[in-house]
Amino acid sequence: METVKTQDVTVNDLPWKIEYKPDRCTMCGSCVAACTFQAIQPAVERRSVTVSTGHRPEPSQKHSAVLTIKQRNSIEYACTGCGMCEKTCPNQAIKPVRNPDSRFNLLARKGGSTIKRGGRTSLNSGRTLDNIIVGRISQMTDPALDSERHTFDILAPFGRVLMPHELPLSATNGTLNLTAKLPPVNWIYPVIFSDMSIGALSTRAWEAVALATAYLNEKHNMPVRMSSGEGGMPVKLLESEQLKYMILQIASGHFGWNRIVKAIPKMKVDPAGILIKIGQGAKPGDGGLLPAAKVANHVQAIRGVPKADLMSPPNHQGLYSIEESVQKMFLSMNAAFKFRVPVAIKCAASATSVSVYNNLLRDPYRICGGFFIDGIQGGTGAANEISLDHTGHPVVSKTRECYLSAVKQGRQGQIPLWAGGGMGLTGNAAADAFKVICLGANGVFLGKILIQLLGCIGNEHGRCNSCNTGKCPAGICTQNPRLVERLDIDKGAQNIVDYMLALDSELRKLMAPIGNSSLPVGRSDALVTTDRAVAEKLAIQYVC
Amino acid sequence: MCRIGAIKSKEYFHPSAALHLMLPQQEGHDNSGFAMVMQDLAGVFSKYKDKPLLSLACTQKGAKLVEDYMEANDFQQLAEWIPRGVKNVKLDIKAMPYYIFRNYEYPEYYREATEEAKGELLLDTRLALRELLEKDEQGYVYSFWPDVLTLKEIGDPWDIATYFKLWDNNGDLMAKNVVVQCRQNTNYDIVRYAAHPFFLQGYTLCANGENTFYTKNKEYQKSLHRGYIGFESDSQNFLYTLHYVLQELKWPIKYYKHVITPLPFNEITQRSDSAELRAIRQSLGSLEINGPNTVIAMLPNGNIMTCCDSKKLRPVVVGGDDTMVAIASEVCGLNAILPNRNQELDVYPNEREVVIINQALEVERWKQ
Repeated sequence: METVKTQDVTVNDLPWKIEYKPDRCTMCGSCVAACTFQAIQPAVERRSVTVSTGHRPEPSQKHSAVLTIKQRNSIEYACTGCGMCEKTCPNQAIKPVRNPDSRFNLLARKGGSTIKRGGRTSLNSGRTLDNIIVGRISQMTDPALDSERHTFDILAPFGRVLMPHELPLSATNGTLNLTAKLPPVNWIYPVIFSDMSIGALSTRAWEAVALATAYLNEKHNMPVRMSSGEGGMPVKLLESEQLKYMILQIASGHFGWNRIVKAIPKMKVDPAGILIKIGQGAKPGDGGLLPAAKVANHVQAIRGVPKADLMSPPNHQGLYSIEESVQKMFLSMNAAFKFRVPVAIKCAASATSVSVYNNLLRDPYRICGGFFIDGIQGGTGAANEISLDHTGHPVVSKTRECYLSAVKQGRQGQIPLWAGGGMGLTGNAAADAFKVICLGANGVFLGKILIQLLGCIGNEHGRCNSCNTGKCPAGICTQNPRLVERLDIDKGAQNIVDYMLALDSELRKLMAPIGNSSLPVGRSDALVTTDRAVAEKLAIQYVC
Repeated sequence: MCRIGAIKSKEYFHPSAALHLMLPQQEGHDNSGFAMVMQDLAGVFSKYKDKPLLSLACTQKGAKLVEDYMEANDFQQLAEWIPRGVKNVKLDIKAMPYYIFRNYEYPEYYREATEEAKGELLLDTRLALRELLEKDEQGYVYSFWPDVLTLKEIGDPWDIATYFKLWDNNGDLMAKNVVVQCRQNTNYDIVRYAAHPFFLQGYTLCANGENTFYTKNKEYQKSLHRGYIGFESDSQNFLYTLHYVLQELKWPIKYYKHVITPLPFNEITQRSDSAELRAIRQSLGSLEINGPNTVIAMLPNGNIMTCCDSKKLRPVVVGGDDTMVAIASEVCGLNAILPNRNQELDVYPNEREVVIINQALEVERWKQ
């Protein structure tokens, strides 16, 4: 018998254990081939069986070498619970099972390196929105509308809105005429496909989202816009008519902008907007990260970089204050498209969000066309786990605070508020969108749920979340050509389209009972909550 | 549903006409109050049409507070109409001890002032009086404006009229324009300030229905103007937006409808004035209203307007003859006071329409 080596890693130290039923296994090898993490491997085991076949006990021992599937005792090759083995097994012979005794967090910092992963925070899964109910239902004098037959105006502004007295209108013969140009405002669907870059996503996954966007616009007349993410775009798309569905993102690494700038003279149409990313809710203050494993040739080409870890700094270089950000970035971005394209800003929700928003509201240039607040429950393709789980700020109260701060100044609606970070976390993005809109947001942005619709199986309970490794088993967050093939673009796009069509109907199902034919922005009276603290914080009615 | 009405006439008429317009329409909670705003007056106040007229209801202490304030601020009393209430315990009225309907001369240093400056002074004075009376619940001030009288009370409209002797036409109280309503608040507390019509700087408005964008409107209006206060009723939103669009922004009246019930975006796109309409919709989005309602408004120049919500869930009808035109929620009201009019000419405005009765009693109507 070997001496017990207590410090060796065993399967029981890992977050997931493989449950294998040798009696059902045909040794086809599908599971091993499907496991992108190489967490399981074929092995030969020595077995001994004691046999007695006569009338009297005459035991004899038989030794044999048996083929089996074995989980590796390794932190590096730990099972992530993705379940691809189970999915591919024709005989239900194998599946991962969550291990409550995992010691992974104590063992995974080899060489002093931090734990990195993708996905969402696992610790902050409390959901304020689930404690809120649409409780102001029209019953008598104010009749509910018919969600199927009534015409609803489901659009939200992207762009800087002027106060009524600032409008350059002059009246002649009882008619108002605009006498000067207004800042550009695009009225779009109140759900934006959030910024996930080519790089974080496989080209096929990105393409599926872009395809869904175009399909929703062109076949269903839903003006959904998609943000490119930091990492540029294919030149073909930059020079196509479909650019009008895209919001170009610029973040602190400025990745991809070389190509974008060069494409400007060849653009047939303007993009829908520019989104300057200051921070991300999932990892505020931590900058972007694209591990070298995912910097494939095409990513190098689009971004104009060598194969290396690509780290966007946590701040925009040269910016030391919001004022400077307003003056330099906003002006240059506005000027680049000759003030025809609205420029918005995305910040991680923070204790300081209201100050930032006030600062933008009071900016005399009036060129910030949207304030995107990204909450702690947002997803990411790669982050330090400590940032994911221990930094950030919930988005709901922060959105409400920003709105009420604007109300106090009579400036609500001037800089549209867009809320994201956990929208659709439980699968119902329409309900989440409706509730934050009632609290003051103009719209929401979705990211993680889109890749979940493409087939991502990651969740907030430690399943997979390996977006940073380049080994995405669903072919979504990887650049490995073999893995990328796993994603069926058309099917993925179809899933997103179906979801959005349902979301649109579900939004109507919520607008109809409160009797509103346009979006109830700031209609906090439509909401009630069974949680006193939430009622007090959000200034909505407490009910029990 | 509360019923609302308005009468505009070439000749001075007695307020009992307003009661005759309203009473046939009454149902349910409609008989819970009486409120009217009269404009372009004859009778007691005919000599002082350009002098501000104060309308308030108060306690004895309240009356003293008001007198002291007006004296201290150099307003000199001119004419007065004192309704000697009919004391009859059987009358269904929650009468206040005092009703003041009194003309004042402007303070000396305001006599040469512009109309605009005078308008600001009158508003400030009304707001100050309201604050003064509100402190110890000593009374309610409804309007303070030249040639405008407001009367409101809680109770049965018939009995209220008896109390104020509004059935007797002795020529004291006559007007060419009246906006009227007969219901106290249905949904919330019965507060005198919550009863329509509402008045602000020459603009009078009453509404039938609900405004489900009340919270949103209120949050925006609060910071727009010092006169946008109270919010005891969601219908005040309509008045404040009317005042804001016409008085503050000085936009033509047709844009009021574009502000409260903007066209859907796909319709805006097809219009030649789409840039202007889109700008208005996006900048005044917080003033959009929602819910079923009909509005009747009287403007400083005496024109009376009506329009409905964009789904047309509340009725209204306009009809009349050469000397009198009336607006009512239900046609039975018109039949009561204008039985001989040509009914075929009655106008039932649709959800995108605005109807105005102008000074010449011409009915103008246009689509948004």
